Amino acid sequence: MAVVELSTPATEEQIRALKVGDTVEITGLLYTGRDAVHHRLHNGEKPPVDLNGMIIYHCGPVMVEENGGYVCKAAGPTTSIREEPYQWEVMRDHGIRGVIGKGGMGPKTLAACQEYGCCYFHAIGGAAQVCADRIEKVLGVDWMDLGSPEAIWHLQVVKFPVIVTMDSHGGSLHKEVQESSADVLNSFM
Amino acid sequence: MSTSTAVSLQASLLELIRKTSSDLPKDVVNAVQAAKSTEEDGSNAAYALDVISCNVDMARDASQPICQDTGTIIFNVHTPVGYDQIIFEETAIEAVKEATEKGYLRQNSVDSVTGKNSGNNIGPGSPIFHFHQWRKDYVDVRLMLKGGGCENVGAQFSLPHPKLGGRDMKGVENAILEAVLLAQGKGCGPGILGVCIGGDRASGYSFSKEQLLRTLDDTNKDEELGALEERIMEKANKSGIGPMGFGGNNTLLGCKVGKQNRVPASFYVSISYMCWAFRRQGVTLDAEGAINEWLY
Ligand code: SF4
Repeated sequence: MAVVELSTPATEEQIRALKVGDTVEITGLLYTGRDAVHHRLHNGEKPPVDLNGMIIYHCGPVMVEENGGYVCKAAGPTTSIREEPYQWEVMRDHGIRGVIGKGGMGPKTLAACQEYGCCYFHAIGGAAQVCADRIEKVLGVDWMDLGSPEAIWHLQVVKFPVIVTMDSHGGSLHKEVQESSADVLNSFM
Repeated sequence: MSTSTAVSLQASLLELIRKTSSDLPKDVVNAVQAAKSTEEDGSNAAYALDVISCNVDMARDASQPICQDTGTIIFNVHTPVGYDQIIFEETAIEAVKEATEKGYLRQNSVDSVTGKNSGNNIGPGSPIFHFHQWRKDYVDVRLMLKGGGCENVGAQFSLPHPKLGGRDMKGVENAILEAVLLAQGKGCGPGILGVCIGGDRASGYSFSKEQLLRTLDDTNKDEELGALEERIMEKANKSGIGPMGFGGNNTLLGCKVGKQNRVPASFYVSISYMCWAFRRQGVTLDAEGAINEWLY
């Protein structure tokens, strides 16, 4: 299987080259961001980091303090659809090139991926140990006042395994599979 | 119960929690392996199952949680007549606190009104205990850790139903397939279904979870229900939903169906969905509270 290597920050050209179904390994810096982060950005707060070209990871990691730094113990993806009301705006306003999560997202995000040149990357749900293993270093954290799972963690990752399930050309694997599986199962009923 | 027995019981339960959180039961590991061999090389489904197997090995080797959502903690306990269940419960609570401190369990119990996390997994309704007495002379403890993502996609249908049909096996089958359709992409598939036909709303869900204590490779003692399980497996796996909803041949790793009597006016089909991270282990205990045998 051909694996596409992608590093962050990513360019629009690199993202536009990706298609639904591509296996991608991401290397570089990722920022975590889930409900509270998206809510703040939506309310117009300035992000504490430059998000241009970056990828936001929908994840509430388990972090442990060791020797004055942080070590990541588990870091699987969380359900992305909760960010559906906000994600398109973050794509429009902050120059991100994609998000990583699980379960896929809806039509607003899909349209924004197309318009602004972003991808939705699906991590393997539940694979907390593999995901944590690919995090080489925790480089920092912002917005810790939101609580550890909701904060913006700066993660240095190597070959972080994901699959493109929504691309910048309007393709969505979620939509495809939902429609085809409904056809099959409804035909059995 | 003597103090030394309680100490040994707590150590046994702590070990049960550690193993449940970090070591997927054999029958589930085998099912994941078998699933891998039926996916096309190089497909997204095969890739997802590869990452899953790799994760399972890493968690076992490091005694770390297989998934960070260590879920609802559900104890199913059989005890001899006259056994002190109150001390068992108190001891299990101490074991859960210890397991949380050691990181086998995430801090996962939240007040439903204030949102405050108790920090040690203890609170009203957490952990959950189902006690049963039996005439055997030993204690049997089975533990399940059930994640939130998969619990959210459980479903209960009341038959007759405009889309699903009437109060017969066809209606039941359709209800289960509908649950598979609705769960797709959520709850980290390939999944395992526990199903109860009948009961009331509460006992139906409860019994559907009890079905998940059966091993994936067992055969239903009730022939008709066994045949239904097979039909569901075949049809669900033809749906093309696949691991994680990526498409593929493995939507379910198992389907276990039981039945309870109902009142004539009701007919429920209750479906509990379990994710691939099917954390279930069990032990029998000797009179001193030490582990005698692992059950899965
Ligand atoms: S559904 Fe299961 S595997 Fe997925 S995140 Fe929840 S507990 Fe983990």
